[in-house]
Amino acid sequence: MHFIFEPGFFSNTTVRTALVLGLLVSVVSAAIGVFTVVRGQSFAGHALTDVATAGGAGASLAVISPLIGFIGGGVLGAGAMDAIGVQRVKGRDIATGVVLGAATGLSALFLYLVTLQTSTTGSTQTILFGSVFTVEPSTLPDALWLTALVLATLFIIRRPLMMSSISPELAQSRGVRLRLVGLTFMVMLAVAVGLSAIVIGSILSTALLIGPPASALKFSNRFSTAVVFASVLGTLATWLGIILAYDSYYWSASHRGLPVSFFVVSLVVAQFVVANVLAQRRRVRVVHATEHHATPEQVGWI
Amino acid sequence: MTNAWISGTVIATLVGVVGFFVVMRASSFAAHAIPNGAFAGAAGANLVGINPLFGLVIFALGAALGIGYSSRRTRSDVATALALVMMLALGAAFLATSNEYEPAINALLFGEILGVSSSEIVPVMVLAVVCALGLAVLYRPLLMSSISSELAVAQGVNVALIDVLFLVVLALSSALAVPVVGALLTFSLTIGPPAAARLLTNRPHRALACSMLLSLLTLWAAIASSYWSNLPIGFFVGTFSALVYLLARTWDTTRNRRLARTVA
Amino acid sequence: MVGIDLLKVEGLDVSIAGRMILRDVNFRIDHGEFTGLIGSNGAGKTTLLRVILGVQEATRGRVSVHGQTLTRSNSSVGYVPQKVLFEPDLPVRVRDFVALGLDGGTFGVARRSRHSFELVDEMLEAVEASKLSNRRIGSLSGGEQQRVLVAHALVRKPELLLLDEPLASLDPGSAQEIIQLLHTVVVKQQVAVLMSAHEMNPLLPVMDRVVYVANGRVASGTTEEVVRSDVLSELYGHHVDVVRVHGRVLVVAGEGDHTKSTLADHPAVIVE
Repeated sequence: MHFIFEPGFFSNTTVRTALVLGLLVSVVSAAIGVFTVVRGQSFAGHALTDVATAGGAGASLAVISPLIGFIGGGVLGAGAMDAIGVQRVKGRDIATGVVLGAATGLSALFLYLVTLQTSTTGSTQTILFGSVFTVEPSTLPDALWLTALVLATLFIIRRPLMMSSISPELAQSRGVRLRLVGLTFMVMLAVAVGLSAIVIGSILSTALLIGPPASALKFSNRFSTAVVFASVLGTLATWLGIILAYDSYYWSASHRGLPVSFFVVSLVVAQFVVANVLAQRRRVRVVHATEHHATPEQVGWI
Repeated sequence: MTNAWISGTVIATLVGVVGFFVVMRASSFAAHAIPNGAFAGAAGANLVGINPLFGLVIFALGAALGIGYSSRRTRSDVATALALVMMLALGAAFLATSNEYEPAINALLFGEILGVSSSEIVPVMVLAVVCALGLAVLYRPLLMSSISSELAVAQGVNVALIDVLFLVVLALSSALAVPVVGALLTFSLTIGPPAAARLLTNRPHRALACSMLLSLLTLWAAIASSYWSNLPIGFFVGTFSALVYLLARTWDTTRNRRLARTVA
Repeated sequence: MVGIDLLKVEGLDVSIAGRMILRDVNFRIDHGEFTGLIGSNGAGKTTLLRVILGVQEATRGRVSVHGQTLTRSNSSVGYVPQKVLFEPDLPVRVRDFVALGLDGGTFGVARRSRHSFELVDEMLEAVEASKLSNRRIGSLSGGEQQRVLVAHALVRKPELLLLDEPLASLDPGSAQEIIQLLHTVVVKQQVAVLMSAHEMNPLLPVMDRVVYVANGRVASGTTEEVVRSDVLSELYGHHVDVVRVHGRVLVVAGEGDHTKSTLADHPAVIVE
């Protein structure tokens, strides 16, 4: 047993908090990520992490709660993207780019001022990359209610959201208010991403938002199963990553552990590669099957 | 200061051209992911003790080819996101195992244009010329496939090849811009001025020239402001780029309104 | 070139991802002919056009232009795809776009000659779009856009122009204008036109030949030869009636002799 779980793994509060937060963030990322991937908004999802990070840096400068900074920054960014024009696909690309560009500029300023204020080293990296091991257990209640908020909102808007994700024209003809649904989704995306950025860092935030949902969507053609599948994949990657990162501390004599993000991202990418290969195999099988059974009547009307 | 001015001018001109096509092709995400991925390369190069520029070029090219290859098999934004996080995670791992001190990392992330040395100018120039030549050769098929890939295919353009070649040019220009303007701000400069330029004119050549000019003005203003205020250049590049775009948009909207009124 | 068909399609089979889209397609097109490629949505019209263009591979059979097997990017074939969406913000004028029809596939930045600009103006005039010359391509209406796309395809002086559902999103008035325009182009530029449509009636006055696609198979000839009950029944694999009312042609599914076939096999009423 000690081969896998190094001494003190389960009795360690930091590790326990990390595992619980990892679960919460994986689930919320999976739920919002499935829609993000289907709507082709991965860029916005990633950009909001960086925008949220700028907010976080601003918060640490203004000595307010980093949580408010991260989430407030994300929501403001989402609003700005919507105002510039997230509706058109190419316009969306530019809107996201302009907001992200401006936010990184602010990040540069805030982080510079933070390093002037405090003499602690490593604050830039913590804000930029984050680490699940540095999260205070007191973040847990906040993380819980924010997760609940995002999941509940998604549950309420799920039908119009699905429809507008599949076909905006169709949704509009059924009376769905695309702009409202889109904006609500973006705000929830900002909250989810802000939360995961503060808890597990911006790299992992994007990894969990896109990776597990994209893998899950290779196999499930229903939103609900995709969400469940993505949650499981995300949680597996996060937990295994935390274990490996904890263990890596004991790998070298110098006791310099490798970051959690490295392990989790590697696992997420590996999952995606495997999912692609499996999906490819399945597609080839399906094609073979139709080739053998296709009759002239079946092939006539395609 | 002279070094900063020279390398800044070269980079801004090049980024203005590359950015024009980034905006035309709606590939902002790749333009964001490649310089950030390249950052990890610089961290890795420090770890094994080679010239950071090699690390930047190798990782930027790796990111570009990875995105280009996997975009054909899966949604390109998903491929870009995963390539980006993988690079960043590698970067985080490199940083954790090396003794890199914080200012050096900040320089890579946010740029250190005022610290450019004379010896760094030569590789910048060489890479810039390579990129410029590449873009000149690709110009028309690139423009055609940016307008409509279907029409380009009908004209015999190998759209997939053009895609990858453009990403390679994007990678090289990122690699040369990152040490000077920083990984995060290379991106700001790539989007803001070109997006503004295409609102100001109807002609592709003029838009291209306009994009170069706006990009130059943005960077010059940022260098000057950073020099006088002692604040990081990244802040000015980021905000000025966004500002240029917002001004162009406001101009475009008011002009459209005026036109609509005259027609009505 | 007399004696050799402009376009000849022989024994063409096309499968995509294991599904048979077209079976044993044979037809030919002569110089300066106006041909309608008629069939309901999903019948395989776009696939057939893409094979002729050389961007989609055939499983079997041969497509030849002037008796030569077609390769990609043949300048003797021009193409107007279905539904092109131009971004409104593209900084590209109509004349820049038409000029790219000449050299959009050429590497390098060689300057355009005076001759190429004259050619662009000439083409814009031919499609009656000279006044659009300085407009952004993203700002055009559906009918204007079709004209410009035709100019873009014509500027390389092809002998065969392929158009995929150019009337699909147009109002009846603009559709008539485009048909008239294409007819003029056929006559004046000596170009053969092969255009797909799911409705044949608007094309009846100008069509020299019809290529009718149904059930993955093709029948071709003059309208009188093809649009007949026996030919189309053979093609669909069940009985259909062809009714002519007020100069319009209606293809109506007859009472089923194929009781087992599904609803999708019965084009209940194809109003043509």
